[in-house]
Amino acid sequence: MDAAPEHELVIEANRTERHYWRDLWRYRELLGFLAWRDVKVRYKQAALGVAWAVIQPVVQTLLLTFVFSKLAGMQSGNVPYFLLVLCGNLPWLLFTNAFNGAGNSVVGNSHLISKVYFPRLVVPLSSLAVALVDFFVLLAITLPLILIFGFVPDWRLLLLPLFVALALVIALGAGLWITALTVKYRDFRFITPFILQIGMFVTPVGYRTDVLPNWRDLLALNPLTGLVDGVRWCLLGGRTELYVPGLGVSVVIALLLLLTGVWFFRRTERKFADII
Amino acid sequence: MSLPAIEVSGLSKRYVIEHESRHDNLRDTLHHAARKIWRRVRWGTTFEKEEFWALRDVSFTVQPGEVVGIIGRNGAGKSTLLKILSRITEPTSGQIKLRGRVASLLEVGTGFHPELSGRENIFLNGAILGMRRAEIRRKFDEIVAFAEIEKFLDTPVKRYSSGMYVRLAFAVASHLEPEILIVDEVLAVGDAAFQKKCLGKMQDVSRADGRTVLFVSHNLASIRELCDTAILLEAGSVHTAGPCYRVIEAYQHGLAGTTTASVPKPEAVLLEKAYATGVEIETLDGRPQTAVSVGQPWRVRVRFHTASSQPAFVAALGLKSIDGTSVQTAWTPPRDLAPGDYEAIFEQDRVHLAAGTYSVIIGLSSGDRGLQQFETGRLDIVGEGAQGFFPRTSGVGMVLNSMTMSVARLS
Repeated sequence: MDAAPEHELVIEANRTERHYWRDLWRYRELLGFLAWRDVKVRYKQAALGVAWAVIQPVVQTLLLTFVFSKLAGMQSGNVPYFLLVLCGNLPWLLFTNAFNGAGNSVVGNSHLISKVYFPRLVVPLSSLAVALVDFFVLLAITLPLILIFGFVPDWRLLLLPLFVALALVIALGAGLWITALTVKYRDFRFITPFILQIGMFVTPVGYRTDVLPNWRDLLALNPLTGLVDGVRWCLLGGRTELYVPGLGVSVVIALLLLLTGVWFFRRTERKFADII
Repeated sequence: MSLPAIEVSGLSKRYVIEHESRHDNLRDTLHHAARKIWRRVRWGTTFEKEEFWALRDVSFTVQPGEVVGIIGRNGAGKSTLLKILSRITEPTSGQIKLRGRVASLLEVGTGFHPELSGRENIFLNGAILGMRRAEIRRKFDEIVAFAEIEKFLDTPVKRYSSGMYVRLAFAVASHLEPEILIVDEVLAVGDAAFQKKCLGKMQDVSRADGRTVLFVSHNLASIRELCDTAILLEAGSVHTAGPCYRVIEAYQHGLAGTTTASVPKPEAVLLEKAYATGVEIETLDGRPQTAVSVGQPWRVRVRFHTASSQPAFVAALGLKSIDGTSVQTAWTPPRDLAPGDYEAIFEQDRVHLAAGTYSVIIGLSSGDRGLQQFETGRLDIVGEGAQGFFPRTSGVGMVLNSMTMSVARLS
């Protein structure tokens, strides 16, 4: 038990929590438990959970390969088209899952929000865990496939964690906006699938940007372009080109999204319990 | 020990209710915004906004180690006060100073996940209530023993009986060790024996360790038993504060007040049939009430209008407990009614239900077909089991004892 009252807590209207970040740190165990809960529930029926994390992306990859390679006749250069799409799908799915998770997190945990205090950022942060676990499951299947196709990843593979972080930053930034807006306007729930549907095509999941020089700069405005290109570059040992200015744009936009997302979330979170 | 543990000064909370519409979706909001601008330009007016002060200028202090009961009718602001103290929502104005680690228990089993096992939920729920992992691990065995669920520790809680579920939830909650504990009316659920155990545990906690407790309940008996002092809230303000018995007295005296019984606007189809026009909950001498003391007489009057003749018309009254269980129903004998205005009266010599909050449901039907059914309001039944008519021969339960009892020697 704590000895003396460790601090005096003052509650006032519109008081900006001076200890917000310290509080967030103090609630890291809750963050861990919520993340663990989500993962546990998802993988509770182990066979089904894992299968679901695998079947869906594999089918999607096959479909995209067919559409872009056979129907659209896009060039894949020196890489089998299937592999190209597989490596592009990996970061895309990480983003999708993380974005969806974060976007639905606050409304999905409304029973907690209206009954217990904790820094609300814990909720979207903890929702990223499921996406991350799914990503590793998929990665564990992708890497052997890459080897089977005769590609041996090189030192570039070591940079993969940086791109994973980039994916989470973009997903969290966008997710914070969506989740805070969803509390007030429930129909933002329907906007998420819409964004993802468009994103699927303006993100080079099914094609490579270095064969489209005319479009490259325009595509780079989408922060996911730099992400997908980067992951492909890591996994395929540099057989696709990494467009560095594009990556720079991606990082800047990602950070902007995160900063504004946190700002907006913090601004609205104090009203969550009243309107949720 | 000179500084109070809780210092509340000038606390107010305002909710704004906009009458035009609810903006649950973006389209409505945009539409509303457009109309608002149009109205302002065209007429120079805006939509009517109703302000509702859930709390208004509430001030009190609580000393360390004090156990304070908060009582008041529904809508008096008790829950809002607890929500602000728990930092779930923020006040509109005023200030609170809390000195010490706070834990609040506004609900039992917050965050329980049905798919997870009892063991997993203990950790999850503990973390949600603000316990450290090490702390939970240390108290784990004690919690399990308290909940009496050893055998089902690894069963998903969705397979638990509701009793087991509540016991587990309570067990976790009652092992919190904050310096300030805030408890809402969570003891209303769970079986009686376990309630007693929890009350006992809470009492131990506060008496032994000098813990500060704020406790909301409708159960005046448990308030009297647990608390030294009490605060009576009325319409968002402190009505009386001080020694427990005095505040309870003030509460019981002040029960008569304005009625909150209401009737909904009838749907269009009902306008040609029949619909309720007014409901009153009152004492037998006609004073409107939203709270009735255990054992006292009470009456409900339902006025309704029949627009066309209604065969086999029935007006019904139902009481539901806070957890949704139907407790009592009564209906008038079926009667063919000509168009006109009528009043149905439900009278009872003494309320024989235990203290608590009940919803009052009104139903109208004709020829076996339901016309209207609605919750007209909440009824607080207050007081202790053994009050007035009822002798102390009834311990626990929702229905108070009106049996005659005797023991006779055989042969």
